[in-house]
Amino acid sequence: MLKMNHISKIFPGVKALDDVSITIGKGEIHALVGENGAGKSTLMKILSGAYSCDCGDIVVDGEPICNSTPAMMIDKGIAVIYQELMLLENRTVAENIFIGRLPKNKFGMVDYKKMREETLRIQKELCLDLDPDAKICELSVAKRQMVEIAKAMSRNAKIIVLDEPTAVLGEAELEGLFKILRDLSKKGITFIYISHRLKEIFELCTHLTILKDGKMVESGKVEDYDVDKLVNRMVGRDMSDIYPAKERHVGEEILHVQNLTRKGILNNVSFSLRKGEILGIAGLAGAGRTEILRAIIGADPIDNGNIKICGKDVKFNSPKDGIKAKMGIVPEERKTQGLMLKQDIIYNTSISSLKKFGKLFLNTKKEKETAKYYSDMFHIRPGNVYTITQNMSGGNQQKVVLSKWLATKCEILLVDEPTRGIDVGAKQEIYNILNDLVKKGMSIIMVSSELPELLGMCDRIMVMNEGNMTAIVDAKDANEEMLMSYATCELAV
Amino acid sequence: MERTQLKGLNTKFQKLKSFGVFWVLIAIIILAAIIEPGFLKFNNLINVIRQIAINGIIAVGMTFVLLTGGIDLSVGASVGVVAVSVAMMFQKGINPVLAIVIGLLISAVIGFLNGLGITKGKIVPFIMTLGTLTAFRGLALYIANGSPQSWRKSGVDIKFIGQGDFLGIPIPVFIFFVVLIGAYFVLKYTSFGRSVYAIGDSREAARLSGINVVKTEWIVYTLSGFLAGLSSLILISRLSVGEPTAGEGAELDAIAMAVIGGTSTSGGIGGVGGTLIGAALLSVIANLLNIIGISPFIQRIVKGLIIILAVLLERKQRRAKS
Repeated sequence: MLKMNHISKIFPGVKALDDVSITIGKGEIHALVGENGAGKSTLMKILSGAYSCDCGDIVVDGEPICNSTPAMMIDKGIAVIYQELMLLENRTVAENIFIGRLPKNKFGMVDYKKMREETLRIQKELCLDLDPDAKICELSVAKRQMVEIAKAMSRNAKIIVLDEPTAVLGEAELEGLFKILRDLSKKGITFIYISHRLKEIFELCTHLTILKDGKMVESGKVEDYDVDKLVNRMVGRDMSDIYPAKERHVGEEILHVQNLTRKGILNNVSFSLRKGEILGIAGLAGAGRTEILRAIIGADPIDNGNIKICGKDVKFNSPKDGIKAKMGIVPEERKTQGLMLKQDIIYNTSISSLKKFGKLFLNTKKEKETAKYYSDMFHIRPGNVYTITQNMSGGNQQKVVLSKWLATKCEILLVDEPTRGIDVGAKQEIYNILNDLVKKGMSIIMVSSELPELLGMCDRIMVMNEGNMTAIVDAKDANEEMLMSYATCELAV
Repeated sequence: MERTQLKGLNTKFQKLKSFGVFWVLIAIIILAAIIEPGFLKFNNLINVIRQIAINGIIAVGMTFVLLTGGIDLSVGASVGVVAVSVAMMFQKGINPVLAIVIGLLISAVIGFLNGLGITKGKIVPFIMTLGTLTAFRGLALYIANGSPQSWRKSGVDIKFIGQGDFLGIPIPVFIFFVVLIGAYFVLKYTSFGRSVYAIGDSREAARLSGINVVKTEWIVYTLSGFLAGLSSLILISRLSVGEPTAGEGAELDAIAMAVIGGTSTSGGIGGVGGTLIGAALLSVIANLLNIIGISPFIQRIVKGLIIILAVLLERKQRRAKS
């Protein structure tokens, strides 16, 4: 069905792909796995025609393709669904599906009737149920993804690439997506599936190809692998020791939250955080996890509730106030909320602690040394602190965000999906950093959609469901099924 | 240690090397010197800089605004309001120093109002300043009754501001460089400067990093208005008359200078050093075209093309880098 032979791609200073060959058969759900920077995205961009390769060739259905362009690849039946969905937010489902080739009537105007009918027909094929006239911005992320799939199908896509489709989905929404993918693959549609969640690969995929440092490691059937073998091939170490040993010395209460309420979003959430502890927050997407963090630090206004730090009442009108009270936040959206992407490592490290670098004029030498200090401590790559953060991998970007908060000497760190979109190797480094921080007396609240991560890292885990707290449990007494049932409220009375 | 220093120097050199507009400027200066050897004479060069000083001061304020991802279309109208109101205060015999201070205050207040609408009213900068541009130009025309205001009879003489020298350097050029160098240090070495860049990069990231976004933006628009007022004072002292139409189109010139100098209209990238180069490029080309006797109408066409080409050149370089 698809062959990519001896593909190489060189970027200035990096060999992104080095003689990679991959063969994918019809109807496969083929996982492409590897750490960040292994070359998965580059390979898929070459397949989509967005990049040209320096050498190698692509064969689709026995037909070699040269000098590909995105339009040409769409024509050949290749569709790529990126993690950041490419939909027009203010247009309808039908318009998005037919964008670029809207059906016209005999006056040359858009034929809305036909477009709507076609949309319904495609939806029926996919067993979808969306209002063709609904605007994209009114839909959930899961439904938007369905629109992308419908769009690909309406273009007669034969090969659909899914880049981290589940990163933004809750567990419940996964099943819906997987069902559609399985149904389509039975009809002969081929999928290339990129995900950092290894569990999914075993649940969904039929075949897999492992990339490492721009080279193909091996390729085979999923049933020949288990998690340990896969991780071992990807990074050369075992999954079992990915979480650091918990040696916690939990101290007195440092943060106390009482009846935190934001109308329609959070209802009377109460909990406390102790010194040297990691408190996890579990829940489905939209349960109010991120909103708790934002409310605590003062990023969102609250309607009711009471926050105490070290026994003292505090009220924050902006994150600036929260930061002054020695808090820090590592936001969910690293790229738009965590970093100034156009600036270098030095700038991003010092931005929240500029007062420490001089009253009127900043001591840029001291600033650079501080950045260098954290950069070395966290093994941030590349080691050049003048690197613009936009050009760094997700794991290293996250380490820069952590450096920023360490530079402020904060005592309470709120981390939101700290390892989303980060490869296994870098994940482990982030876990170690967080673990070291609490060992040194920092307190952390950690939101995550990955339950094993919460179980592996936290001392206690609170579970959210639609703005309500349904449980707080000790991590050592908890398991995934239990957290899931609290999150979906099956146990709650 | 030494190695990282070398790396730093190297990065700086890389920056300059990739700054294509700078080399275009050098090339045009050489071209001008070949066509007309008198171009490189001190007096002519000072003259060139004198031409850029008035709009250049506005462009420095505009650079701040653009760096936050905003835009300030009202600066030209501020020039007009300050021009007529200061001129009329002179006519009425108000102490000239006081009149000048009030004039600067007026321009700062206009900027403050822009800041109010943009930060508290959450109005898009383009729309807010388009509104104030229209309204304040109207105000200038209204209070001056549509006609230029001369203060010759009042006996006030502020010609030295526009035409005087200090250590052989024209005062406007001197003021321009003080503003420029001040702005350079503020942007590079103060928390405020860092905040300006941060907001242009990502407002939400800036807020979550503890930056007071509202305060910073407010100051930036106030500063932009204030610098427009300063520029207006130099302008009227050169002309000895305050025209209600003074500064018409100055906002576009200021934007052009900043953008040619590599400041991104989407914010977060650029600086006043580039704005100086952008201003110099426009001015040198105008001077060159004058020397070879090309119609001022054609000069406008050339200016338009330069704006477009400069942005294309910059984009191409940025793409090559990434």
